[in-house]
Amino acid sequence: MWLTRPFRERATRLFLGILLAALALVTLLNLAVPAGHPLHVSTYTVTLLGKYLSYALLAVAVDLVWGYLGILSLGHGAFFALGGYAMGMYLMRQIGDRGTYGDPVLPDFMVFLDWDSLPWYWLGFDMAWFAFLMVLLAPGLLALVFGFLAFRSRVTGVYLSIITQAMTFALMLAFFRNEMGFGGNNGLTDFRELLGFDLRSDATRLGLFLATGIALALGYVLCRAIVASKLGRVSVACRDAEARTRFLGYRVERFQLFVFVVSAMLAGLAGALYVPQVGIINPSEFSPIFSIEVVLWVALGGRATLYGAVIGALLVNYAKTVFTGVMPDAWLFALGGMFVLVTVFLPKGIAGLLRLRPWRRAGTSQPTAGEAAT
Amino acid sequence: MNFLQSLADRERVFDFLAPAASPVDVRHGPILYLEDVSVSFDGFKAIDALNLTIDDGELRCIIGPNGAGKTTMMDIITGKTRPDAGSAWFGSRHDLLTMNEPEIASLGIGRKFQKPTVFEALTVFENLELAMAADKRILPTLTARLTGEVCERIEEVLATIGLIELRQAPAGILSHGQKQWLEIGMLLMQRPRLLLVDEPVAGMTEQEMERTAELLTGLAGKGKQSVVVVEHDMGFVRSIARTVTVLHQGSVLAEGSMERVASDPKVVEVYLGVEGEVA
Amino acid sequence: MRMLPRFLSGLLCLCLLCGLPLAAQAQDDPGQALLDPLATASYAEKGEAIEAIIESGDARSRRWLEALLGGKLQRHKDTGRFVVVVENRGRNWPVVDALSFEDAGEMSRRELDRIGINNALRGQLQGALAVLDLHADEVRERREAARALLGDVDAGLVEPIRAVIDGEEDAEVRRLLEQALAIHRLEEGEAAAVDALSGSLNAQVRSALNAASRSEDPELAAAATSALADIEQKMTLNRGLETLYFGLSLGSVLVLAAIGLAITFGVMGGINMAHGELIMLGAYTTWAMQQLLPGQPGLALLLSIPAGFLVAALAGVVIERGVIQFLKGRPLETLLATFGVSLILQQLVRTVISPQNRSVVTPEWMSGSLMLNEGLSLTLNRLYVLGFALVVFAALMLVMRRTRLGLEVRAVTQNRGMARAMGIRATRVDILTFALGAGVAGLAGVALSQLTNVGPNLGQNYIIDSFMVVVFGGVGNLWGTLVAGLSLGVINQVLEPWAGAVLAKIVVLVFIILFIQKRPRGLFPQKGRAAEG
Repeated sequence: MWLTRPFRERATRLFLGILLAALALVTLLNLAVPAGHPLHVSTYTVTLLGKYLSYALLAVAVDLVWGYLGILSLGHGAFFALGGYAMGMYLMRQIGDRGTYGDPVLPDFMVFLDWDSLPWYWLGFDMAWFAFLMVLLAPGLLALVFGFLAFRSRVTGVYLSIITQAMTFALMLAFFRNEMGFGGNNGLTDFRELLGFDLRSDATRLGLFLATGIALALGYVLCRAIVASKLGRVSVACRDAEARTRFLGYRVERFQLFVFVVSAMLAGLAGALYVPQVGIINPSEFSPIFSIEVVLWVALGGRATLYGAVIGALLVNYAKTVFTGVMPDAWLFALGGMFVLVTVFLPKGIAGLLRLRPWRRAGTSQPTAGEAAT
Repeated sequence: MNFLQSLADRERVFDFLAPAASPVDVRHGPILYLEDVSVSFDGFKAIDALNLTIDDGELRCIIGPNGAGKTTMMDIITGKTRPDAGSAWFGSRHDLLTMNEPEIASLGIGRKFQKPTVFEALTVFENLELAMAADKRILPTLTARLTGEVCERIEEVLATIGLIELRQAPAGILSHGQKQWLEIGMLLMQRPRLLLVDEPVAGMTEQEMERTAELLTGLAGKGKQSVVVVEHDMGFVRSIARTVTVLHQGSVLAEGSMERVASDPKVVEVYLGVEGEVA
Repeated sequence: MRMLPRFLSGLLCLCLLCGLPLAAQAQDDPGQALLDPLATASYAEKGEAIEAIIESGDARSRRWLEALLGGKLQRHKDTGRFVVVVENRGRNWPVVDALSFEDAGEMSRRELDRIGINNALRGQLQGALAVLDLHADEVRERREAARALLGDVDAGLVEPIRAVIDGEEDAEVRRLLEQALAIHRLEEGEAAAVDALSGSLNAQVRSALNAASRSEDPELAAAATSALADIEQKMTLNRGLETLYFGLSLGSVLVLAAIGLAITFGVMGGINMAHGELIMLGAYTTWAMQQLLPGQPGLALLLSIPAGFLVAALAGVVIERGVIQFLKGRPLETLLATFGVSLILQQLVRTVISPQNRSVVTPEWMSGSLMLNEGLSLTLNRLYVLGFALVVFAALMLVMRRTRLGLEVRAVTQNRGMARAMGIRATRVDILTFALGAGVAGLAGVALSQLTNVGPNLGQNYIIDSFMVVVFGGVGNLWGTLVAGLSLGVINQVLEPWAGAVLAKIVVLVFIILFIQKRPRGLFPQKGRAAEG
């Protein structure tokens, strides 16, 4: 079974082991160590880590398309934000009549705008299953339409990057508008509960952190399964010699579209996990600079490794938290400097320094054994 | 170099050399038929009313000076370039001008590029795996497994192209000649009905050239592959050619056996005379 | 407190002493001769004196007559000196000399004689003031005055205006005055007056016609309605032209921003994400120039053209040597690295100068507008920017077509390897092209500083738009960039009224994405034998 293939890779087992151990350790330090003890991990920190983990999942999604397919998407923030908005819409509907205006159906901002009924695209978001489905479908559908148009006309390389950036920019402008019905400038916030759990309680926050960690693990395994399959090798072929791949009979645009859509859905999932933890979603998530920052996480960690994306996301975001606390002005210098230094001096990222090469499949060294037997 | 001997053993039947099932219909004549094809770039006529017919199982060499339109012709056949006028048929049923590259490739037209193009980040083995004739849609590709049969075929081709030892090496580290061989190997994995081979022996040693010549002549045959070779090396062309087509300024200048073509005064003037190496 | 009257009388003496030579001087001033006859008790004589003042064309006439109308023109009883009272409250009034309009201290109201007027004179003065500017020497002022009269003519003004029309040389002034009279006649219910008004785009004319179209007189209403329809048609045309103008103006900015990008994109194959910040540098150069040369915004602006070019070009060279040269053949990495550079440049400006916007002064000769007709005027700064863009474009065309550098750039763009083999030093070409592209971005910044505020985020907004222009026009084709930039600007402006600015932007983006479906290589693709691979 292609989905279980990654579990046979040593690097994947190592990655999963470290991730799960870290999740368990944080849980333990949060629950079992009393507050005030130097080893205690506060709920605030847990939520912060949960935010980092959702970023890491987004980075994995970006690495899947950039590292293996060669498509530098500067619009993954849009998929992330769409997933986040889908989740946010569900959480808004969960507020019910506890909002400032006490309207049982309409969110506060709609009452404020004098709307008398929900727009059609808000229907159904009071049901968790529908909202969670939309978390995947909304970004997936956008990626499908956008990717279909772009790949069909063989838009690749820099062109594609800029057009994805234009896409997220356009969406940002659109979501800033009050008439769009997504809360305009302020976005969606003041969430109360998720699936009946109070979002402000410590237990829910720890639960969200763990859920994000598990989503990251599953997303990672899915991506590894894809890149370790023949489809993954076709992706690399598309990346390195697109025309040649076509002459071998592969419909390159379909492969690109498939991987792009999968990646967009993962990004949406990451956004959906991000929103309840930070408690707000607004159009700034669509801003082009966020999307391009995600690419930096991947570049710093090392592209086409997946685990590098996770390392990069955690490192850069930790640095950002520290920097913006200590000297906020210097952060953009540091970020800009990282872009330059990583691309010029560290093209393979931190993973390149580690020199781990997990993508060599065990199966091919003994082609008749192993893989062939399964 | 024992693979050389194994290949030289003409009695041996290479089952992997047999073409895969192709829907091409050759009952009513040629396998490839170009008629009055023209294409121009910015006013420059790269191909000018070109007519070309390749019979089933034929081995055809195409020569011509630089800019004669050889590569553009291949681009048209494989769907990379759309001509301004004319028609191109594969067998009697398939209009090549209505299809894109993957469709044409899956019909059974394989191509080797002038500059060897292999997937450098993938291993030699993986390169061959991707080239193999198989269901190339998305889900089958995602769930594809390396069966014993597949591995056997890849091993056979590896042996043929002499890269057994390097099967786990990334293709990027291969020498120019090895890449040429790998690309030929990929063509073999594809098992096409029609092979378009652009300068196959560039960067090869004398010995390797000989072997390529044998391989190509062995491939071509009635009910097997048809082969179109574009080549500059006259010695090589002479060693394999049965029929030679000379292109000049986008159209056919002369066609026939090597001797006839070589003695054609027009050809001597525009091409051979300049090169001065065929006499 | 008893000292005060003495002090004041002393001051007065001093004033009088000082006033004596002034008075002597005043005898030579023709103004004195004009004002003197006003000091009479006969209203008829005063009327003649007012006429004389009007006819004189003296620049001070308006102020005299206004003072006279307001009862502020007064005459010193003892010296016969004419003064204008600034404020007539209390016992001592501050006054100014009526000839020089210089401060003349304070005078007791008992010392002054008011030049009295009656109702007839008041009417005469009002009419005279209305037509006074029609006697100005400058044609421009006379036209302005005539335009101001539209809709403001009453029965008392008809005669003076007729008199002016007879003596006026400028046809435009005559036309405007005829219209002013026609509006009056229209208001009186004269249907024939419509003829004189048809085709005019003036708001007053339209409101007069509007009122007339609701008149009870069917003949008048019909005539006015048809004249209005005529005018409406003209207005529609005007609005179209205005949209076109704004579109071209926006387009010219896009062309300026995109053309440098097109050049660097063609040579390095990667996109310079710091291009917007090079534009920003050009704009800040203009600001800095104006700080260096306070009070001379025009000169500073002219000097910023070369300065902005040089500053941006220099920054471009630093970027090329410092970053881009290490990333040859890796366009995506180039994109990321230059994005980093853009972040650094933005933050640098924020830290060194200010995060706030800076405003750049528009020199006098660039402000104001060019009036094509009464409904359509073109703002001069946009017109200048449009012209500037075309000049820059033409200059670049010349550089590309006629110079060695242009030849080499085109060679490197088309085939780097071959160009190198032909002995072109590709590295030198890279540097020079990059400097050229960056310099043009600087020029775009100089031009932009005349249209918007200068701030650290100035350039950010242009990078996507510029790239769209390059994609739309076809890479490596300057003409394509020009046509694409101008047409995108116009499309944007055409869409804006019914879609809103934000939606217009989105529509344009979607349009370009769809456009690439049909023409992946832009409007004017560079054809060629596609390379393999």
